[in-house]
Amino acid sequence: MINERNHVTRFATAVAALSLLTASLPAQTIAITGGKVYPVSGPPIENGTVIIRDGKIVAVGASIAVPAGVQRIDATGKWVTPGLINSSTTLGLNEIGQVRDTRDDAAKGKDYIAAAFRVWEGLNATSVLIAPARRDGITNVVVLPTGDQLVSGQAAMLTLSDGMGSDMVLKTPIAMVAQIQNTGGAGVGARGELLVRLRELIEDTRAFMKNRAAYEKAETRDYIASRLDLEAMIPVVEGKLALLVSADKSTDIDAALRIARENGLKIIIGGGAEAWLVADKLAAAHVPVLTGAMNNIPSSFASLSSSQENAALLHRAGVQVIVIGNAGGGDEEAFNVRNIKQEAGNAVAYGMTWNDALRAVTLTPAEVFGVADRIGSLQPGRDGNVVIWSGDPFEFTSVAEHVYVRGREYTAPDRQQMLTERYRHLPPGQGMPVIR
Amino acid sequence: MRRQLVSIAVLAGAIACAPAKPGSPPSPATRKDSTTQTGLGGMSVPNADPFPSTYARVQSAPLVIRNVNVMTAAGPMIRNGAISVANGKIISVGTVVDVPAGATVIDGAGKYVTPGIIDTHSHLGVYAAPGGQALSDGNEATNPVTPYVWAEHSVWPQDPQFPRNLAGGVTTLQVLPGSANLIGGRSVVLKVVPARTVQGMKFPGAKYGLKMACGENPKRVYAIRGPSTRMGNVAGYRTAWIQAEAYRRKWDKWNKDHKGDPPTRDLGMETLADVLRGNILVHNHCYRADEMAQMIDISKEFGYKIRAFHHGVESYKIADILARENIGGSLWADWGSFKMEAIDAIKANVALSSNAGVKVAVHSDDPSGSQRLNQEAAKAMAAGIAAGIPITEDMAIKWVTINPAWQLGLDDKIGSLEPGKNADLILWTADPFSVYAKPEKVWIDGTMYFDRLDAREQWRTDFELGFVQTPAGMNR
Repeated sequence: MINERNHVTRFATAVAALSLLTASLPAQTIAITGGKVYPVSGPPIENGTVIIRDGKIVAVGASIAVPAGVQRIDATGKWVTPGLINSSTTLGLNEIGQVRDTRDDAAKGKDYIAAAFRVWEGLNATSVLIAPARRDGITNVVVLPTGDQLVSGQAAMLTLSDGMGSDMVLKTPIAMVAQIQNTGGAGVGARGELLVRLRELIEDTRAFMKNRAAYEKAETRDYIASRLDLEAMIPVVEGKLALLVSADKSTDIDAALRIARENGLKIIIGGGAEAWLVADKLAAAHVPVLTGAMNNIPSSFASLSSSQENAALLHRAGVQVIVIGNAGGGDEEAFNVRNIKQEAGNAVAYGMTWNDALRAVTLTPAEVFGVADRIGSLQPGRDGNVVIWSGDPFEFTSVAEHVYVRGREYTAPDRQQMLTERYRHLPPGQGMPVIR
Repeated sequence: MRRQLVSIAVLAGAIACAPAKPGSPPSPATRKDSTTQTGLGGMSVPNADPFPSTYARVQSAPLVIRNVNVMTAAGPMIRNGAISVANGKIISVGTVVDVPAGATVIDGAGKYVTPGIIDTHSHLGVYAAPGGQALSDGNEATNPVTPYVWAEHSVWPQDPQFPRNLAGGVTTLQVLPGSANLIGGRSVVLKVVPARTVQGMKFPGAKYGLKMACGENPKRVYAIRGPSTRMGNVAGYRTAWIQAEAYRRKWDKWNKDHKGDPPTRDLGMETLADVLRGNILVHNHCYRADEMAQMIDISKEFGYKIRAFHHGVESYKIADILARENIGGSLWADWGSFKMEAIDAIKANVALSSNAGVKVAVHSDDPSGSQRLNQEAAKAMAAGIAAGIPITEDMAIKWVTINPAWQLGLDDKIGSLEPGKNADLILWTADPFSVYAKPEKVWIDGTMYFDRLDAREQWRTDFELGFVQTPAGMNR
């Protein structure tokens, strides 16, 4: 199918150099005053103050004394929130979708298992798509391995700071990514067989743990996965690392819950188009769901009962919901990481409360991925990831006027802005408007 | 304080005499290759409308929506205004309107009315949900030049994406073949209405479009057999147009003198010949500025017009040329970077192009985006404002209404709220440029086809029965 909806993403070196140069001075104190502050961890604060020092939030409240000599930002009439988190991206891993050399989001794996694959290690920190995401108020992203293998690899939480991938990683791994709905992608013939393979991987990981010495001497039977893949699966079978299971169909979600229960796994459901049909089971099992808020098309036989009310219904049933962008049309994984704002707004239009939707793109993902002590809310001790919005962040006309990442504001023009400026005024004839 | 005039006679007169929108050229009747009538034992003739529209307006009571904010797409928004509709046409729009006898009167306090949304670039029906090979009918990727295929022959009227588009306020859409081919075939313009047949959805009197495609897609799809390069692409277009010129001359001569046997029909050439005669509008998928400029030169070489470039992610680089040539742009608000020819996508593309005088439509090429073209337009407007281009809602509403109507050659019938035009309307729960706004009700030709507040007024396709579950008390 050649309509133009192919996922994306990489490019230049010039902008990376720029972003390094343009971080404002570190180790300073910033006081944001007068705005309506949404800490997310607590109720909104009218005329609130947020103080960031040395990259960390040090104070949030209504009557905070602003120390002398600090940089004051007047946010009167503005909205102040934590930086938003897009929990399903390939930012820095898929620069230009159809250009193979710019893609590092999917491992080949061995026998449809790539558990040892740490997708962030191939991260292109010079991606030209990072700056536009940050400019629009997204300060953290989850990078996910893609591909339809049974196990596609490890996810990481990044901070959209400058530096290399290793500087941007906030936590890794935060989840092991798997899928139980695409038989072809995992080289099997039926859904049940996918589950057989997953159970086999779990059992072999346990056997590997118990028989390590024998394994090293090649005295064990053959295992389903390679040594490093088995190694990577250990925290999953121990219930310490979440298995993020892609599943849209209600019966597949039920199967994931069953396997988790049988094996004591911690799981998260990704996609979850029909999750609303099993909302009570998900709530009872305390299983979070990552889902978009603009899915209402029965676009496959696995997602026939997609509903725009999915996020709201799940939330109402007591499920932890993370709003991601997985159906909006517009490359929300890389080029338009910002469009989780639109997703969150649509979640509100279709039944979530505004506060819950904000939580679904800030504190909830931080909690689910184990980084709530660092990001997702405005509290002392958290990273200085703060956005000052001209209005409601979910509205299209609102602008992220100031975006702080670990207390730094990035203001250099991104590649799109450079192009915009270059072609703002077209010359007569067909020559270039400017050439530098 | 609205005047209430109850006069059926006056009203009927008004409708009968409803003038066409001033300033809009009438849509020329489709010219035929031959005046010979076909019939039993007769002769088939080219371009004789062999699959005529059977759409018929459903009779419904006159309608007045009052106390509502009216975005007309023809002028500034009328705050707390009103609109009246009868016999499928808009009767009047203003701060005050007469209420026809028997009219359904809706109070629109706090709400907004706009024209129905028009999507110039859809693959609904030809890439129907739930997808898969069985429903993959959008690209006849067996030959790089397939002007002989018609999208309507692939459209599945039971595609469950249709009612979702309608619920998003889309009342008219152009369904195009895909972009695998240099010349992909005829498009079809549909009303988003339930029907047993495609003919029942076809917009009466709408011109056909011809889908053409530049750049990476054709050369990727035909890498082995060719064209495998951009220069191969251009040779392919020109070769086809050279054939079409000869074919047109041959038929035009025969149509004039009827001497001897008529020339042999060629399905593909019939379509291309009618493009050369100006009866079919060219919709050209093209990303890069340099390629668009070359396509314009090709159109001049053979004497046809490009009605609109589709996708045109680099439209902003040649907005002056597009405006001068009166070529529309069907553009995305914010898609880019998914292929090499899309890396220069900028979010201000729509605003910069529009500001330079290009008739811009915000299009979807996506069944999800199509449902929310108001949101796409809002993003494009916001991107323009952020780049210092003063776009207003009155301007941006045109991107999804009157401008796409013009690109489809239907701006005399739809796309704005003016007396005499088809009553394709949306009542929005809030300002349509807000992320929280949803169409509450949608009318096509004055008949309500969707009501968010009443599940009985929500079209469910055959496919959805049993297969698709809907949350209780919710709507799509």
